[in-house]
Parts: sequence; structure tokens; C-alpha cells
Amino acid sequence: MSATLPNYTHSNSEKRFIGLHLFIGILALAIGSLFGPLQAFEHAGLDLYPYLKPLFQSYYQGLTLHGVLNALVWTTFFITGFLTLTVTHGLERPLRYPKLNAVGFWVMVVGLITTAIPLLLNEASVLYTFYAPMKAHWAFYLGLTLVVVGSWIEGYGFFFTYAAWRKDNPGVRSPFMAFASVITMLMWQIATLGVAIEILTMLLPWSLGLLEGVDPQLARTYFWFTGHPLVYFWLLPAYISWYGMLPKQVGGKLFSDSLARLAFWLFLVLSVPLGFHHQYVDPGVPTAWKYIHAILTYSVFFPSMLTAFTVVASLENGGRQNGGKGLLGWIRALPWGNPSVTAQLLAGILFFFGGISGLANASYNVNLVLHNTAWVPGHFHLTVGSAVTLSFMGISFWLIPYLTGKKLWQPRWANIQVWLWFIGMLIFSNAMHVVGLLGAPRRTPLGLAPYVPEEWSGHLLRVGIGGAILFVSVYLYVVIVAVTAFSKKQTASASEQVEIPVAEAMQDPTLTPVWLDRWTPWVVGALALIALAYGPQLYEQIINISLTSPGFRVW
Amino acid sequence: MSSSSPKLQIDPYERGWMYFSLGLLAAFAIAITVAGLAMGIQLPGFEQRVDPRTVDTDPNSPWSKPGLREVVPGKEYDAYILAQIWRYSVSEQPAQKELEVPLGATVTFYITSKDVQHGFLLQNTNLNVQVVPGQVAKLTYTFNQAGRYDFICHEYCGTGHAAMFATVVVK
Repeated sequence: MSATLPNYTHSNSEKRFIGLHLFIGILALAIGSLFGPLQAFEHAGLDLYPYLKPLFQSYYQGLTLHGVLNALVWTTFFITGFLTLTVTHGLERPLRYPKLNAVGFWVMVVGLITTAIPLLLNEASVLYTFYAPMKAHWAFYLGLTLVVVGSWIEGYGFFFTYAAWRKDNPGVRSPFMAFASVITMLMWQIATLGVAIEILTMLLPWSLGLLEGVDPQLARTYFWFTGHPLVYFWLLPAYISWYGMLPKQVGGKLFSDSLARLAFWLFLVLSVPLGFHHQYVDPGVPTAWKYIHAILTYSVFFPSMLTAFTVVASLENGGRQNGGKGLLGWIRALPWGNPSVTAQLLAGILFFFGGISGLANASYNVNLVLHNTAWVPGHFHLTVGSAVTLSFMGISFWLIPYLTGKKLWQPRWANIQVWLWFIGMLIFSNAMHVVGLLGAPRRTPLGLAPYVPEEWSGHLLRVGIGGAILFVSVYLYVVIVAVTAFSKKQTASASEQVEIPVAEAMQDPTLTPVWLDRWTPWVVGALALIALAYGPQLYEQIINISLTSPGFRVW
Repeated sequence: MSSSSPKLQIDPYERGWMYFSLGLLAAFAIAITVAGLAMGIQLPGFEQRVDPRTVDTDPNSPWSKPGLREVVPGKEYDAYILAQIWRYSVSEQPAQKELEVPLGATVTFYITSKDVQHGFLLQNTNLNVQVVPGQVAKLTYTFNQAGRYDFICHEYCGTGHAAMFATVVVK
């Protein structure tokens, strides 16, 4: 059995290449997270923005930086780096065209810098949704396009690598981690078509003065074509770790290889054709299409439910191997002293709550009491801000030592750090959910709002307290990984070298059905479902396009 | 190759969980459908398109004279509201920030924007809509309780966004 587990030693240049992705991702997280507490404190009644005036002009500039750097940059760079590792390790071979991936990476970097300049100069304070007809500097749109194109190129690099492996290994089951990584990148290629069309056909020519106006409703539809599967692009790499690595880290095995693969296929098919659930209260989209997308949104919940079962069953297997007894005794027997494990376990617990609030968002008419309230950022700080971010932190606790040949600096502090994140996020997100239900809008400096009733203030104070704890946690994280990576004292001896955790499946993967290893039917199915769920309404909006909105700079 | 393909094997507990998950999601789907069709809790949908560049100046546009229109005296009203940076026009008087309707009145709101996107969230009700330039949002509510109902802008619309609200006064 163990012979079927992939084993591959990365060269130093591969490690450096992956590490560069992580470096930029963590740098973005560090800068973007400076603004999180400023927002949270503002809600609690302490507005620090006036003191930052020479550098940062407003709450909204800070909020834009926070959203772009944390939700878009930290995630995308971490993911492309991590998937480079899982693809090459899983397939036990180097990238087919390392130079192609290097080009992709540097295109992303150039894109990031191009985006960052107008953001820092307050020329693009349009938030990370950049809803038209608010008009940012053209460099903002161009930079975002380059980041996406760079990630596409890195994706092509993975596809070529997979194809080369397949050619050498006909009829062999693809190793799970590489398989899941390639699906993630394939889904991303399809999903980003929406925002690519939005920027290239409307926003970029308009910001350059080549187009007089845009159609804000069509722009929203393009944006949310990408906007929801974006969530799965963040989440699936965490799932790769939860399915393929975490079971090994807790001393167990992957409960079901087949269902893990089925879940990834379902995400490929179902992630994209449901974006109208972000547009439930849009005036320009007929209710029938919103209803269809509501049902499809429930469908994509199914593979997440599968994931919940398989991952918990794998953890239970590990806990029992460690001597855990009884109905819940296995939970105590998990290696809670390992910060990489603790981070991912706590990420899973927070994701349970995030899943529930996400179901509420998805529930068609229930959305009427939630849309654009503080509930929504409360929700996605549990998903991208915890399930994803806390898992990535946990992954980096072994990944950075693996890449740098170092020992993790102060593992006990790392454990404290992830618990702080957990506690801070419980306080913050609970308060945001509650105050949102009471009617507080999102994206609003509530300290300046004249309509805030007294009943919100206790919750807004908790937003500030949670934000402060999260801030301490994220900077503790940055210090831990920075010292680990850069301190010579942390150099590991030969016996202390970290290995990539790869979980064995309980059932021999060669017994996994062949149809779970065939690409064509699933890819065709995904494209067909998109055509059915989006085609008619997209066609309707495109033929009725009205480029009647000139641009506005309102910040 | 497929003749030797193994069958999908699913653990009995996991199979049970899969049925439970599908049942749960089906129950939710039924709940939102019943709430939508039988109880009339519906989402806003497509209404009409306008030209945001002229919506406040074109004399044929109802939003050139925003405000309340009495349809059935004391009972039914149409409210034409123009969102703009950073206020709602609820009357031809720019300073006016209140719409006054009698208790029990059914008000149909027609909302559009002349500039960027805005939001409309009528506190303590189910009225919530994205205000998109070029599109008209239509929402209806019957006010069966006296009091003040603030409607607030919930979409970032620029520097003055946090101050953007107006009020329905039910007497």
C-alpha cells in the first residue's frame, strides 16, 4: 500500500519558487491586516483614520486595501504556491515547463504592483467588488487582470505537467492530491472568465476613456459569475489539506478516497452556475433565474456535507489510533499540541458556523433580511477568513519549515496564535452576524452614521474586541513564520527535517471507480450546466446592453 | 478497461449521511418555495430600465419629480425615490428627508439611481434592494404599525455613504 503513496523530493529551486509565492502572500496578509482592526475599532467607536490622514485618506481606502490584499492577494499567491507543491509532489515529477510557471508568477507580481500603486494613492478606493459605475484608475483594472492571467498561466503549467504524467502512466489512478489540485485550477480557469470579460470588454476600455459608459447591471452579472466560484478557489486548497494531509498529521487515514474525488468533481460542476444568489435583490435579474440559482446553490452544499463526513471520519480514525475511546474521546486524543493540526481543526469548527450562515445567505427570500448587512462580512470571515486563512496558517507551520530546512520557531506560541484567532473570530463574527440581523449595513463606518440605534452599540463594541484579538493573532503569526524562515538559529539538523504529510486512504485507491478518473464527462457536464444556468439570462442582458453610465469618482 | 472498473463503495454510515444531507437540502428548498409562493415573501425582480443620465431631468421621467403619489386616498401610495450621492430624493424639496403615510397604507416604492450604485434597506421589514443605475427597483410594503422606519443605503457609494438615509413616517 505504502508503495502507492507519492514520494518526491523537491529541488532547492523548486522550493525557492514555491516559497516566493508564500512570501508575497504573507506580506499581503501582513499589510492588509493592518486595516482590519481600524475598521473594527471604528465600529466600536474609536476612529483612528483621522490620525493616518497623510498616508491613508479614508475608511474606504483602508477597507479596499483590506479586501484586496487579504481576500484576493494572500489567497491567490498562497494557493498557486501550495498547488505547485501538491501537483509536483503528487505526480512525483517536476513541472513540465518550469519557465512557463515562472512567467505566470512574475505576471502575477507585476499585476500586484500595478494594482497596489493606485490603491495606495487613493485612486482606486472602490472596494474589492469594484462595482461600476464607480470608476477606479485604469491601472487598478489592468493590474487585477494581470494577476488573473498570471494565475491562468501557472494553471496551464499544472495541466501540461499532468498531461505529461498521464502519458507516462496510462491507466494508472491519478494521485489524489495532484488530481484535486488540477481540478481546482481548472475550475478557476472557467470561473474567472466572467470577471475577465467584465474588465476587458467594459471596465478597462472605459477607464482608459475608450468607452463612454458601462452597463452596471451586466457588470454585476459578469462579476458574480466569478465571485462565487472564487470562494471555492479559496476553499478547495484547504480541502486538499483536510482530505489529503490532515488525516496523516493526526495519525489516521483518509476515510474514503472515492468520495473525496466525487466531492471535487461536484465542485467543478456546481461551483460556477449559481452566481445569481449574490444578486437576489438585483433589480435587473428576473426572479425565476434567482430561484434556479438558489436550488443550484443548495446542490453545491452537498459536496461540502460529504467533505464534513469524510474529514471527521478520517480524524476519528486518527484519534482512535492514538488510543481515544468512547463516542467523543477520540477528539481529545487528537494531537492538539501540533499547531498545524490545531489550526486546521479550529478552522473546521469555525467553518461549521460559516456553513450555516452561508446556507442562510443562499436561502432565496431569507436573503432579504441579510443582503448587504454586517451579517455578510460576519459570514465570510468564518469562511475565507477562517476555514481558508486559518488552514493556510496551519499548512504553513509545516510548509515553511519544509521549504526552508528550518524548525518552526516557538510551536507553543503558534498554538496560542491559532487559539487567539479562534476566540477572536468567534467574538467578531458572532457580533457581526447579530448586528447585521438587527439591520446594520456592511461597508459602512457606523461611527459616522446618524441612524445607529442604541441597541447596536454593545455588539459593535464586541466587533472591536474581536478585531483587536485577531490583530494580535495575525501579527504573532507573521512573526513566527518570519523568524522561522529567516533566522539562522532555526536551521534543522538532518533528523529534524520536515516531510510533506500525505495521508494513505483506508481503501486501496486502485479500487476507486474509473469514472472518477475521467476528465471529459465532468468538464463537459460543467460547461453544459453553466450554459443552461447562465446562457439565457446572460444572452438577454448582453443583447439589451445599455452603456449609459459614465464613470464617477466619489471618494 | 471499464469492464474491470470497480464499483463505487460507500460506507453505510456515510450513505446514511448522504441521504440525510439530501433530505435536509430538499427541506430547505421546499421551505423557501412555500415562503415565496404561498406566503408571498418574494424577491424583487426585473421591472424596467431607465437612462440614468436623464432620469432626473427628463420631464417624462417620474423621478424628475420624486415623492409620494396617492393612488387610493389613505390606502395606496406610490413612492418615487431617486438615490444619488449621498442622499435619497423623496420629494421635490431637496432638504426633505421624510415620507409621511397614514397607518395601514400600502406603499409601492420605485427606486433608481442617477449616479453610482446604492442600496435600500427599510429597517425592521423585509424590504431590501440593490439600487443599480439604469434599473428600477420595485418593492411593496403595508405599514400596519405606526412609527418611524429609516431606510438606509447599504451599498458603498462614496465618501458620504454613511450619512445616506431617509425615513418613512407612519401616523
